[in-house]
Amino acid sequence: MTVAATTAASAARVFVPRDSAACSVGADEVADALRAELARRGQSVQIVRNGSRGAFWLEPLVEVATPAGRIAYGPVAAGDVPGLVDAGLTTGGEHPLRLGPTDAIPYFARQERLTFARMGVTDPLSLDDYQAHGGWRGLRAALAAASGADVVEEVVRSGLRGRGGAAFPAGIKWRTVAATPARQKYVACNADEGDSGTYSDRMIMEGDPFVLIEGMTIAGLAVGATSGFIYIRSEYPDAERTFAAALAAARAAGCLGRDILGQGRAFDIEIRRGAGAYICGEETAMLESLEGKRGMVRPKPPLPAVAGLFGLPTVINNVITLASVPVILDKGAKHYADYGMGRSRGTLPFQLAGNIKRGGLVEKAFGLTLRELIYDFGGGTASGRPLRAVQVGGPLGPYLPESKLDTPLDYEALSAAGGMVGHGGVVVFDDTVDMARMARYAMEFCAHESCGKCTPCRIGAVRGVEVIDRIRKGKSRGAQGDGQAALLRDLCDTMVGGSLCAMGGMTPLPVLSALDHFPQDFGLGAPSAPSTPGMKSKGT
Amino acid sequence: MTGREGIAVPAAADAAGDAITEAIAAHLGRAGALMPMLHAVQDRLGFIPADAVPRLAAALNLSRAEVYGVVTFYHDFRNAPPGRHVLKVCRAEACQAMGSDELVAHLTGRLGADVGETSTDGAVTLEAVYCLGNCALSPAVMLDGRLHGRVTARRADDLLAQCGAPR
Repeated sequence: MTVAATTAASAARVFVPRDSAACSVGADEVADALRAELARRGQSVQIVRNGSRGAFWLEPLVEVATPAGRIAYGPVAAGDVPGLVDAGLTTGGEHPLRLGPTDAIPYFARQERLTFARMGVTDPLSLDDYQAHGGWRGLRAALAAASGADVVEEVVRSGLRGRGGAAFPAGIKWRTVAATPARQKYVACNADEGDSGTYSDRMIMEGDPFVLIEGMTIAGLAVGATSGFIYIRSEYPDAERTFAAALAAARAAGCLGRDILGQGRAFDIEIRRGAGAYICGEETAMLESLEGKRGMVRPKPPLPAVAGLFGLPTVINNVITLASVPVILDKGAKHYADYGMGRSRGTLPFQLAGNIKRGGLVEKAFGLTLRELIYDFGGGTASGRPLRAVQVGGPLGPYLPESKLDTPLDYEALSAAGGMVGHGGVVVFDDTVDMARMARYAMEFCAHESCGKCTPCRIGAVRGVEVIDRIRKGKSRGAQGDGQAALLRDLCDTMVGGSLCAMGGMTPLPVLSALDHFPQDFGLGAPSAPSTPGMKSKGT
Repeated sequence: MTGREGIAVPAAADAAGDAITEAIAAHLGRAGALMPMLHAVQDRLGFIPADAVPRLAAALNLSRAEVYGVVTFYHDFRNAPPGRHVLKVCRAEACQAMGSDELVAHLTGRLGADVGETSTDGAVTLEAVYCLGNCALSPAVMLDGRLHGRVTARRADDLLAQCGAPR
């Protein structure tokens, strides 16, 4: 098939995503059916397994390249394939599943894709594709820079903040690593994307892995590190396989290794696999795990930027942060910083998840509202029932009621409204949700995943489950749970103030927000006065 | 077989011994080698046999307590062989919003096994997982490393049938 396609210059190109989410609803079967159907008809067509465009409700989304641009069809089932080919799929023919030009689909047309510019457009493992779509331009700029410090300052000027959740300015962190003398420094990429409702890191590793390699390499050049590690969670086997293949291809092409792009600079990357511990997404627990130990949180200071992996200065950034660096170096800090609002510069790939009609990845400049995201892009709930609560920022993010949906998505504005941006995951719940049960789950998850190092988290989470169980039991008997609710608030206060890391320190946020906004689910009266504590100090 | 250091490693008679020997040989000398070694053992055997603890400890100059501590810290590492198939069900928030609790109830009923257990015919081990990164297509499960989205009770039954479970 490939040979036929390369010899026949006019062979049509059909795109079927290889992204694991697309495959989870049948993309592999569609690709197989297409291959068989086209072979049966003797048509010479090249099937490209691209990344996902990120509109998962349209997956499997099949595209065909035509002189008028790419035409999309979706969602395609394997059984639709013969009919599609009959309708002239390979030339963009009419069919009930035809969605028109991909770029004109409103879900995509209204996005501002910087980090995800190539996502779904290219074959993730084709270096030619990567190069043809702006690849390595950021790296070339970094190699041409007079010094690593210039690269660091460019990242500082872009305003890029850590996209993993803590939102610390990436350039400032890099500055610290660059300024700390050491025989060896490291770049450690945190690909332990454990927050429910998030999948942007997975998409990068599966759909545009070279951009992450490029970003990590730029970080290495900027701070003087020659060795990189990427810690990929074990729940992402496809991401690990694709990223490993991308590393091998980049090395073979001289984009990684001892002599990057022939410029005499060295950097290489090694993959390490997690083992199902949520806490290893916390940067110091990840370092412990990379060192082959239990994923126990380290007290700070020392900062990992000064004494990180194996005790040496380490840049730790998550996947999206590092994958956003190439476009900053390529197009300049100002281009990136021109997007966004306030102190939240650039774009964020938001991820719509849970009970949502049109779930998927939406990269937009900071500043749009949750309502625009959930209704204009997401189309409301999947069930068609009224929306009741939204959790933004993963399992440590507070639950927001419908009344907070007009808050702009910006680190500071959302924090002021009692929320947090975190890693950009937006999980939607309809009105069938029992918020007391979700509060219990937050504590249960913390008890399950606590590393056990500090008492407020290790024991507090277990006690939290017990207290919520008592409140729920009391509710079923019609008893007033005010005393127990006060106890729960007191416990949360201890966890917020006394925990070593965000796991114990922020688990109270979903719990208290559920209690504040949905007291009736706990069998309590009207919404009570105290708001979620510790928000402003814990946000960054 | 010869280890990295050129020291002859005693040939192990059984598959488990071989897997441990090979895991040590493949990763000895790497920084932080314990996790890659444990993964190599479990990739081959499906679990970490008790024998692995003293052998990895000796190879890495760690105490047995340290190795045991690592094995037991991580949810992935099993101390007993799983069933012929491993079905991981996501129980995190996004999947809960789309009925994963009901899906878990359906699966435990069908398999006659609780989460963390194996069906009595040894066909399927049911495990909980907290996010598979398929949150726009919830509820999600992973069967033998392959991701499935929008898993209704009917689709779950199809997957179980693939594992040889009776309808």
